[in-house]
Amino acid sequence: MSDTFAHIRLDFPALHQQVGAKPLVYLDNAATTHKPRAVIDTLTRYYEHDNSNVHRGLHALSMRATDGYEAARARAATFINAAAPSEIVFTRGTTESINLVAQSWGTANLRPGDTVLITEMEHHSNLVPWQLITQRTGATLRHVPVAGENAEHGLDLDALDRLLTPTVKLFAFTHISNTLGVINPVADLCARARKAGALTLIDAAQSIGHEPIDVRALGCDFLAFSGHKMAGPTGIGVLYGRRELLDTMPPWQGGGGMINTVEYTGSTWKPSPERFEAGTPNVADAIGLRAAMDYLDGLGRPAIAAHDTALAARCHEALRALPGIRILGPLDSVQRGGTVSFAFKDVHAHDIVTLADQDGIALRGGHHCNQPLMKKLGLPSTTRASFYVYNTPEEIDKLTASLRRILKFFT
Amino acid sequence: MSELNDLYQSVILDHNKRPRNRRRMPNATRAATGDNPTCGDHCTVYLRLEGDRIAEITFEGAGCAISQASASLMTTLLKEKTAAEAAATFETFATIVKTGRAPEEFCEMAAFAGVHAFPARIKCATLAWHAALDALRKETLETLNSRNPETLTP
Repeated sequence: MSDTFAHIRLDFPALHQQVGAKPLVYLDNAATTHKPRAVIDTLTRYYEHDNSNVHRGLHALSMRATDGYEAARARAATFINAAAPSEIVFTRGTTESINLVAQSWGTANLRPGDTVLITEMEHHSNLVPWQLITQRTGATLRHVPVAGENAEHGLDLDALDRLLTPTVKLFAFTHISNTLGVINPVADLCARARKAGALTLIDAAQSIGHEPIDVRALGCDFLAFSGHKMAGPTGIGVLYGRRELLDTMPPWQGGGGMINTVEYTGSTWKPSPERFEAGTPNVADAIGLRAAMDYLDGLGRPAIAAHDTALAARCHEALRALPGIRILGPLDSVQRGGTVSFAFKDVHAHDIVTLADQDGIALRGGHHCNQPLMKKLGLPSTTRASFYVYNTPEEIDKLTASLRRILKFFT
Repeated sequence: MSELNDLYQSVILDHNKRPRNRRRMPNATRAATGDNPTCGDHCTVYLRLEGDRIAEITFEGAGCAISQASASLMTTLLKEKTAAEAAATFETFATIVKTGRAPEEFCEMAAFAGVHAFPARIKCATLAWHAALDALRKETLETLNSRNPETLTP
């Protein structure tokens, strides 16, 4: 499997360093991925040649910056097969994209008696914005349960059908869980919601850089993702929304760039997507995101998905042999993205992460912004290894050897 | 992993493996809970005061080896101390974990000197201490219970 991307590590400058006198083994990709030279060079080129404000300038640099920014929007539309670039709103990331929908669509559409449905495996970013808006509007927030003592059965679809009553106005769910690694059947979830008359929002933060995404084939109404988890820059993300929905939604932030006319007493708004992009946008990172999309499509997203799943399967198999381990999420590798989350009874995740760091291995330990799910599973924290295009089977062997040393250290 | 022996000294590993005074105290006169929201760690410290003196001190909680060992060692050090003496002991401990410099005379707290090289872990080492000082300062068991009953049953 590593042969597909044999030379790929050369594209990522940050991978070539020592940590604790050992070569870096970066397994924290669900938190953020590293950036290829193509993305870093694009950012440098923009700042060295084109840097300017967009949309309102008539000079050469402003026109170049505007062209680059709008070309990035068009590229994002083709990347997820949106119907038009106007369905792409640039945001700071997944969290801001979800907050935008909650604040704008939620304020205009939620009333007492309405329900917003999410799942028990949502990241805080797809939970707290819905708590805020349902509390403010008097709507109700409900959760589709996760099944299995280690959440190995994923979402309880029978419970979902019971929960999808006519009061549900929107169903928001993650594509791939950052904690469990499970790939949810998102097309099926969208179809069930549509049949019940509910809109859908997909949190694609963990899937966008790992597999092909076609919003029209999935049948979702909104989709949110971040650039930094897909080899792109931090501080840039996308909200996809169907045009007819975005155009009926009120602004959520006011300022320059989002208005048609402004009087002292009132203003009129531009259509989407500009309506939702008040102020100077993140031009450089949008252009950098485009470079990341080109880079990933150069590798081929189906090949990336196969690579990451194969690494996670190998990791799962290796870790299963460790004494006293509890691994969360699906047992079948077909249902698993490039993430494996695990816990030991007597060794806390933060001790594992600190000790693995001494072996040059970057892991994540904690509640993974998923406190209610951890509480439900009876775990204070887990350790998570998450993989990307540049990871190798040898790195999983290093992880396994390091974990064996750590377990020995604590017994 | 020789660098780690600086962080995970045998005193720490021992207190983590066999924590002292790790239990709920039904007849506590004071209690307070500390949380590290970023870690998800929490620690509740129970005190039974006799006059100004800590007659008994226990803790409950979940967290990494550093936080659990620190809580355990703390209970052995603060017993029989007054609030002022406890605060002074904490000052010594805080200096050790922040600077890595231990006092010249022998003290078990010196085992935590290695923490200073891991700035993210300093808050783990001080979690239980802050809870204990909170309990000595202002918290009563009653106010704790009314604030968040769940913190008493981790």
